[in-house]
Formats: sequence, structure tokens, C-alpha cells
Amino acid sequence: MTELLDIYLLEAVLNGLLLGGLFALLSLGLNLIFGVIDVVWICYAELMMCGMYAVYYLYVQFHWPLALAMLAAIGIVALLGFLLHQFVIRPVLAAEPINQLLVTGGVLFFLQAAATLAFGIDFRNLGLALPALRVGDMSFSAARLIAFGVALLGVLGLFLFLNRTYVGTAIRAISQDRAVMPLMGVSGPRIFAITSALGGALAGLGACLLVLQYDVHPAIGLSFGPIVFLICVLGGLGNLLGGFAAAFVFAQFISIGGYFFAIEWGYVIAFAFFIAAMFWRPRGLFSR
Amino acid sequence: MNYPLHLAILVLLWGYIYTSWSLMGRLGMVSFGHGAFMGIGAYAVVMLWNHFGLSPWIGALVALAATAVVAVLIGYPCFRFRIVGHYFALVTLALSEVVRLLITALRDQTGGSLGATPKGALTEGTTVAIGAMQFESKLVWLGIVAAAWLAGLWVWRAVDRSMGRLALQAISEEEEAAASIGIHVTKAKLRITIVSALMTCVGGILYAQYQLYVNPDTVSGIAISLQMVFGVIAGGMFVMLGPTVGAAFTLLLAEGLRLAFGNRYPALDITIYGAMLVLFIIHMPNGILGAALERFRRRRERSLLKAAA
Amino acid sequence: MLSLERVSARYGAFQALFDVSLQVNAGESVAVIGPNGAGKTTLLRVISKLVEPHDGELRFESEDLNPVPAHEVLARGIAHVPENRRLFPRLTVEENLRMGGFPRFCRPRFAERLEVAYALFPRLKERRRQPAGTLSGGEQQMCAIARALMSDPKLLLLDEPSAGLSPVMVQAIFELVRRICAEGYTVLIVEQNIRQVLKVASRAYLLDAGRIKAKGPSQELLQSEEIRRTYLGL
Repeated sequence: MTELLDIYLLEAVLNGLLLGGLFALLSLGLNLIFGVIDVVWICYAELMMCGMYAVYYLYVQFHWPLALAMLAAIGIVALLGFLLHQFVIRPVLAAEPINQLLVTGGVLFFLQAAATLAFGIDFRNLGLALPALRVGDMSFSAARLIAFGVALLGVLGLFLFLNRTYVGTAIRAISQDRAVMPLMGVSGPRIFAITSALGGALAGLGACLLVLQYDVHPAIGLSFGPIVFLICVLGGLGNLLGGFAAAFVFAQFISIGGYFFAIEWGYVIAFAFFIAAMFWRPRGLFSR
Repeated sequence: MNYPLHLAILVLLWGYIYTSWSLMGRLGMVSFGHGAFMGIGAYAVVMLWNHFGLSPWIGALVALAATAVVAVLIGYPCFRFRIVGHYFALVTLALSEVVRLLITALRDQTGGSLGATPKGALTEGTTVAIGAMQFESKLVWLGIVAAAWLAGLWVWRAVDRSMGRLALQAISEEEEAAASIGIHVTKAKLRITIVSALMTCVGGILYAQYQLYVNPDTVSGIAISLQMVFGVIAGGMFVMLGPTVGAAFTLLLAEGLRLAFGNRYPALDITIYGAMLVLFIIHMPNGILGAALERFRRRRERSLLKAAA
Repeated sequence: MLSLERVSARYGAFQALFDVSLQVNAGESVAVIGPNGAGKTTLLRVISKLVEPHDGELRFESEDLNPVPAHEVLARGIAHVPENRRLFPRLTVEENLRMGGFPRFCRPRFAERLEVAYALFPRLKERRRQPAGTLSGGEQQMCAIARALMSDPKLLLLDEPSAGLSPVMVQAIFELVRRICAEGYTVLIVEQNIRQVLKVASRAYLLDAGRIKAKGPSQELLQSEEIRRTYLGL
């Protein structure tokens, strides 16, 4: 009997790992935006929702090939990120920081309600039946495995981009000293716009992975948004590596908590852990 | 007659809750956690009544005690460790989600996401059940929420009086400056937080008893917390009646659009509201009432100048 | 090469420069000296367009710089080593240099320019993988100068390169500046260390309270009775 329990616990741990990979990717874009522009996009999950709808409509309604639909969705959300920055964030960049957070809250309401208007409140899914991978008594959904793999690739890709390219270096540089950038021949607003589009693209990639596993509906942002924010804060806002690690910690709490109790309890424990962790390390678990 | 009354009750009730939130918000403590306090209030009274037959009046005491404990548990470390701005907003956001998830997770007791209804105490012929805090007449409710609302405004003024402008400003802007003029910042912030949380809890209780229905998504969680924050921003958080104006504005916008278009466009109001919020924060960060007062003040100054010249 | 005609600049209500006229010819090394708060830093910030001139004419190689935005000044051939160096502390030395060569036209020549920089500052080569924030003050100044040289500028603006350094390091930095001038770079240098900078520069302007008070060959200024008394305390 104990042996049986153990294997399910192991399954929970491994599923937590897979979930952690997904969370890591979801939090990446938000973290990047915060680290570079110093703004929290509270509507980040709503951007993902838009991406999920884009995939759904292109694939299911317009019969595009799935890969193409996903690429287009990434492009669309990147564009949304760019527009969000140009028309919503830029006007308040000089205002109090909390206003920058709040203004994106208005966008959250707007996107969520506009999606309800446009798409209705039905739950929609791609209708894909992805197989589950069975290892002994444990089973892992293919969607989760794919999400995990893509998430790791996404993290690696972003890391390389930031470290190996001129624009990537400029993105890291601007987060350290905004005012000196013109002397490097760099237009600060342009780097911000590029970063925002990149953040959007990462949200779009997250959307592609989410839509493989979850139904899309206008309020789905509310179920992923809080998790994504808390992961970023837990890792230290703007600290990409910290956020990456925090995603796995958070996912384990949910997965193991869900194994011992019900899945909501997993979330309750994870959120409570978050609050406790903030008092213990206010600048994030992995702050330097 | 019932419909306008209903609207008036909701405006005053939300006006009261938004006012409670603003006590903190105007001091730079932007809390996304007030859904938690409202949820605790609403669910504590309904659960104690349904499962133990405990009168909501007693239940309210339990709810208030629980709220105070939670407020201290979250507030003290936050202020002690100077968790401010984004971080404060996100920590409190976690709190509201914890409460919502707890209510959902305890579905055997709470009914989960389907919500719950307090057991009816109004039998045939009776319109008032004081012990059960259930009243059939909307007029009674109007009186109750109006009293709560006035009390909320009174607290706002009392806070202003007891601390003085300077101290309030100092707390919200410069912790060191506040400390230098002899304010114990942690204590002052904590006191405001407790007051604000308790008032919000009362709001949750009144909401539950008036609607005779509670649901984790409408009395707790991120959605309701955001609603409070943004309702206040629309009205203006730095003037006493701003939150109430925000409540009236959002409610009337929703009802107006519903009357105009029926239920054809279910989320049209929020769509417009969201877009307006963005414009508000960009163009008039002091909210509707704040901007109006500012304009009025300028005009008066100008006319005074003219009179002087 | 660079000419300012009656340039004024202000921060809000505070006017920092009054009718400043100044010339730098190709191949020259020119100093702007003066006490703290004289407007020296503002002058350089105006030239690289970080501060919009309020009035007057600003020309570089006969092009009007007035309509050029700050981030395009570097591409015109003006590189600016700002006050306090302003390195990116968490980027490595080499990444800082990469930022100095950010404009597109610099990128093909990055490796070549890197060689030049490392030849001039061998110390930086040793530390190239180290975050710039961990360098000593003198090394940071070298890194800041090297960063500005990455775009192979026609004109190098140096803002107080000796500030905050130990006496030994001050000597070393001025020696480096002398070498940079000797290699044919055109340099406009702003300094409070008047005696040292006048040994390096061929000509100098004296800026005080936002106005040019004197100008001439360095030797002449160094011998001027007034300057010796007021600014050198002799």
C-alpha cells in the first residue's frame, strides 16, 4: 500500500515539475517587462487569453495548420504588447509607479469584457486529443510534456537573446541606467517598445502552451494571472533566474498539496507559502 | 419604486465599501486584498447562521474578530518590512486569492463556487427578522446602508482630524520624513489598515444579508478586489466623496447601458468602463470628483484674481 | 569641426549657460576649465543633445546639430564620456564596450575596435568578463573612455575624467588622455583639475557661472595672473 502511495507521490512531483516549466515560461514575459521597464502588466494574463483565442479561432474556425496558427498568435500578442506600451504605458511612465500598475488594470477589465462581447462566455477548446505518456503506473499528459519542453526552450532562447545580441544587451543595459542610453546611440523608447513586443511574444508563446491543456474563456486570465504575478514576486520582480526557480517551487506546492488534499488546497497552500515567503524574504526568495 | 431603491442601496453600500478601501489607498497602501475582508465578513455570518444557527449579529462579531486578526497578520509584517508599492499590492492580492480558494475548497460547507443562501427567516406574514438580520423592506435596508455610509464618511474625517494632513502626507510619501516628525509609521499604517479592513468586513456582511446570497467570486478574490480599486480610481480617492462618486458612476454606467441595450451586450459596460479607466488614469489621475473639484477651484481662483484686479 | 555660437541652456527656471561660443578644430585637444557648478557638464550635455539648447547655434562638421535627437549624435561622430562614468554595473566590461559600439555602423568593426581598446587599456582585457561594477574607480574610468572610443568617434567629450580618483590614478588617467590626444583623436575635455588638464590640452576656455570668461592657448592661461589667483589659488 505504501509503495502505491509513493509512486503517486512521485507522479505528483514529476507533474509539478512539468507544471513548473509551464509557469516558468508564463512568468518570463511579465518579469522581463518589470525588470526592464519597471512596470507591472497586471493584464498580462489577459494578453495570454487573447493569444489563446487567436489560436482557437485560426485553428478551429479558419482551419489554419496548428503551428501556423500558433505563430500568428505569438505575433498578434507581440503586437498587443507593443500597442499596450505605446498607448497605455508610455503616457504614464513619468507618473507614480502605482499608476502604471493600475492603468494596466483598466486594460484587464477592457480585454476581459471585450472578449466576452466578442466571443461570449462559452468555454472553448481546440478539440485535440493528445495522448498521455505512461511510465509504469504513472501517466503524464503529452500537452504537459510539450509545454515543459517548449518552456525550457523559450527560457533558453530568451537567455541567449539577452546575452548574445546587441539589442538584448541594450535591454539589460537600459534596466541599469536609463538616462545614459542616448550616449550609446540607443533610443530608449525604441528599446522599451522592442522589450514590450518581446514580452507580448512570450505571453503569446505561453498562450499557445496553455491552449493545449486548458479551455479558453474570457475570465481565464483571472485563474492564471495571480499565479504568474506571485511567481514573479517570489523570485524577486525583474529577476529572471529567480522567477524561473520560483515557478518550480510554486508548482511543487500546488502539485504535492493537490496530491495530499484537493487541488484547491494545493493552491491555498502555495498562496499561503507565498505570503509567508514575502515576510521572510521581502525582495524575493532568490534576491541577491 | 423598488428598482430605484435597489440602485440607491447598492450605490450607498458600494460607496461605503469603496470609502473603506480608500482609507488605505489614499495613503499609498494600494491593497488588492480587500476582497478577502469582504469575503470573510460575508461567509462568516452566512456559514455560522446556516450551520450553527448563530445570529448574524453574533456572527458579525466573529467575522470582525477574524478580520482584525487577518489584517494584523498581513499588515504588520508588510509595514514592518516596508513592503510597499507593487509588492504590497501583490502580497495583498495573494491574500484575496487565498480566501477565495479557501471558500471554494471548503465546498462541503460553503457550497463552493455555486455560492450559498442564508436560511430564510422571513416566514409568511413577517417582514422583519431582526435576529436573523433579514428585512423584506428595501427602505429598512436603505436606512441601514445609509447609516453605514455616513459612518464611513465620519471615519474618513476622524482619520483626517486625528492625524492631520501633514502626517497623512508624510506616511504616504516619505517613511523617513514621517518618522522624523514623530510618527510611528508601522503603528499608524496598521491602525488604518485594521479600521479599513473592519469596515470592509461590515460591508461584506451587509452585502450578504441584503442580497441573501454569497458566492466566492462576487464577495472575494481578485475580481472583487480589482473592482474596489478601480471604482475608487474612477471617482477619486483623495476626496471624501470620491469613492462614492466612483460607486455611483460604475453602477449607473452598467445599469444605463443595460436599459439602453437590454441584455444583448452583457459585458459592454465593463468594456467601456475598462477603456475609461485607462483614460482616467492617464488624463485625470484624481478621478471624476477630484478633477471636477480641481476645475472648480481653479475657476474660483481665476474669478477671485479677476475681482482683485 | 565643432562650433557653438552664443548657446544658452536652462533647466526650468535656472539658466546654466549664457551665450557660450566655442570652437574645436579637427585634431585639437581643447579643455574647458572652471570651478564647480560653472556649467561645464551642462556644456557637454548640450553638445550631445542630452540637454536641448535654449538658444544659439550648434554645428558639427557644418551640420546643424539642433534638430538631431540625442541618440543620433553618436552616429554623427561625437562620443561622450559622462560625469561619474555611468557604466552598466551588472554588465561585464566587454558588454559595456559592446554598448559603446551599439549603432549599426559600428557593429562590423566591433572586433577591430575591441583590439584598439584593449591595446590602449590592457587592464580591461584582463577584466573583460568581470561585471563593470566590480572594477576600481580608475579602471571604471578607463572602461568608460574605452566604451566611448568603440564607435571610433571624430570628437571625444570627456567629463571630469579625474574626479574621485586617487592621486596616482589621476596621473595615470591624464597620461592616458595625453596618449589619446597624441593618437589623433579630437578631444574636448572638461576638468576641475586645471593645472593637469592645461598640460594635456593645447587650448582652453575658462567657464564660470555659465559664461566664457577667458580663452586662449593653455600656456597663456596657465600664466595669466587672474587665473593663477582666482582659480589656482597661487
